[in-house]
Amino acid sequence: MTALVAVVGALGAVAVVTGLLVFTVNSMARATFLLLASFVAVGAVLIGFGLGYLGTVVILMMTIEMMIMVVFMVMLMMNPAGLMPMTMVHNRRGSWAIALVVFGLLTTGVWLVPFPTPGPAAVGDPTLALGDALMGGQMLTMMTLGLALLATIVGTVAVAVSRR
Amino acid sequence: MVLAPGLVLVAGLAAGLKAVTAGESPATPAVETLRLLGKQRRRTPDDDPGLARVGLALLPVAAVLALAVVPLGDRAPVDLDVGVVWFNAMEVVAWFAVWVAGWGPNAVTSLAGGYRVLPLGLAYEVPHMLAIITPAIAAGSLSPVAIAAAQQDLWYAVWMPAAFVLYLVSVAAMAFWGPFAAPLGRDLAGGAAAEHAGLDRLLLLAGRWMLLTAAAAMAVPLFLGGGAPPPITGPDPFPGLPALWFGVKLAVVLGLLLALRRAVPMLRMARFATLAWVVLVPLAVAQALVVTLVVLA
Repeated sequence: MTALVAVVGALGAVAVVTGLLVFTVNSMARATFLLLASFVAVGAVLIGFGLGYLGTVVILMMTIEMMIMVVFMVMLMMNPAGLMPMTMVHNRRGSWAIALVVFGLLTTGVWLVPFPTPGPAAVGDPTLALGDALMGGQMLTMMTLGLALLATIVGTVAVAVSRR
Repeated sequence: MVLAPGLVLVAGLAAGLKAVTAGESPATPAVETLRLLGKQRRRTPDDDPGLARVGLALLPVAAVLALAVVPLGDRAPVDLDVGVVWFNAMEVVAWFAVWVAGWGPNAVTSLAGGYRVLPLGLAYEVPHMLAIITPAIAAGSLSPVAIAAAQQDLWYAVWMPAAFVLYLVSVAAMAFWGPFAAPLGRDLAGGAAAEHAGLDRLLLLAGRWMLLTAAAAMAVPLFLGGGAPPPITGPDPFPGLPALWFGVKLAVVLGLLLALRRAVPMLRMARFATLAWVVLVPLAVAQALVVTLVVLA
């Protein structure tokens, strides 16, 4: 148990540190790598909590998401090629102000919100219990929505692909 | 602990077989490995070798981690209850690995090769996910051991042939193999591998063989009944040797993947993307639907 807490704590530290480093590097590939490392550490924390499915899905989806982000970089960035230095931060004063205000609000919230007392441990599969708690009666809506989204994606691609 | 050397060995044997079918000596992969080990790494101006080497080292590591949940016989090295999802998560790490391997050297052909992984991935991934989730639906479990055990009477390759074919096509794309080798394409003078020499190049090429082998190994529990003998043979002629049956089936799947390279020329990424989204995705959805309806009925 102590070892698990230590490992999860270390992974949490990795997630925070790599998340911070994203804004210190000067190349989009390095920023992508550090952001991915941060997300993978979070996925590993979830696995450490016994949520094997959720943790694995986080690693899977975040890796794909980073790679799709690269597709957007190619589409939208002025220089998605070489290693020309770039900065990851803009509008320094404004972002400092926003960051400090949000941090203050969240920190206050942590101390003001009454935390739930630990109830009985979840029975059976924790992923199932979490999914039920999050979605509950909306499961059918979410499933329909997911299918509609997939159909939309396929339809959009089919329409967008020009046939010569 | 024997998993990684074992994977290297089998991947090396597969590479030797490929060398034979390509009219070279079966020792070519071994000779090439020794040659690359003896060569120096190459640097290019203004490169990012640290990042490239992260990717290059990740490729074989991801292959070993993907293989860790595959039952080699009747037991998996790590019997994970969400093994199918874990396998999928490890194989998409290869996208990242090849992309940074192409990015690192700061050279045109290498960069374009690395970028080619992205359209390839976006084309194969959705049919691939549907193809690996279909056996999981039929077996009612995401554990490869349970999926293999559910095929006592009928192999899923027979029951869901479209999913099996889609799996084979998509793992070839996943290991950028055969018709999907555009990221390392000759038209780009080697693509993502163009600027890598010595150990860097060895990690990329060997990692790709290991990925292909690990993906072929996953086909055995998902579609070919795992370590059990074929259902039609009656009594097991080799009782108590699930690893043997696993090896035979792995060899067959690897042979199919090697034949794919000989049979189909290299595909352009845009054409494969069209094929994937217009034909393969609807096919995969239809296959999953049929299996789901049968399971529910």
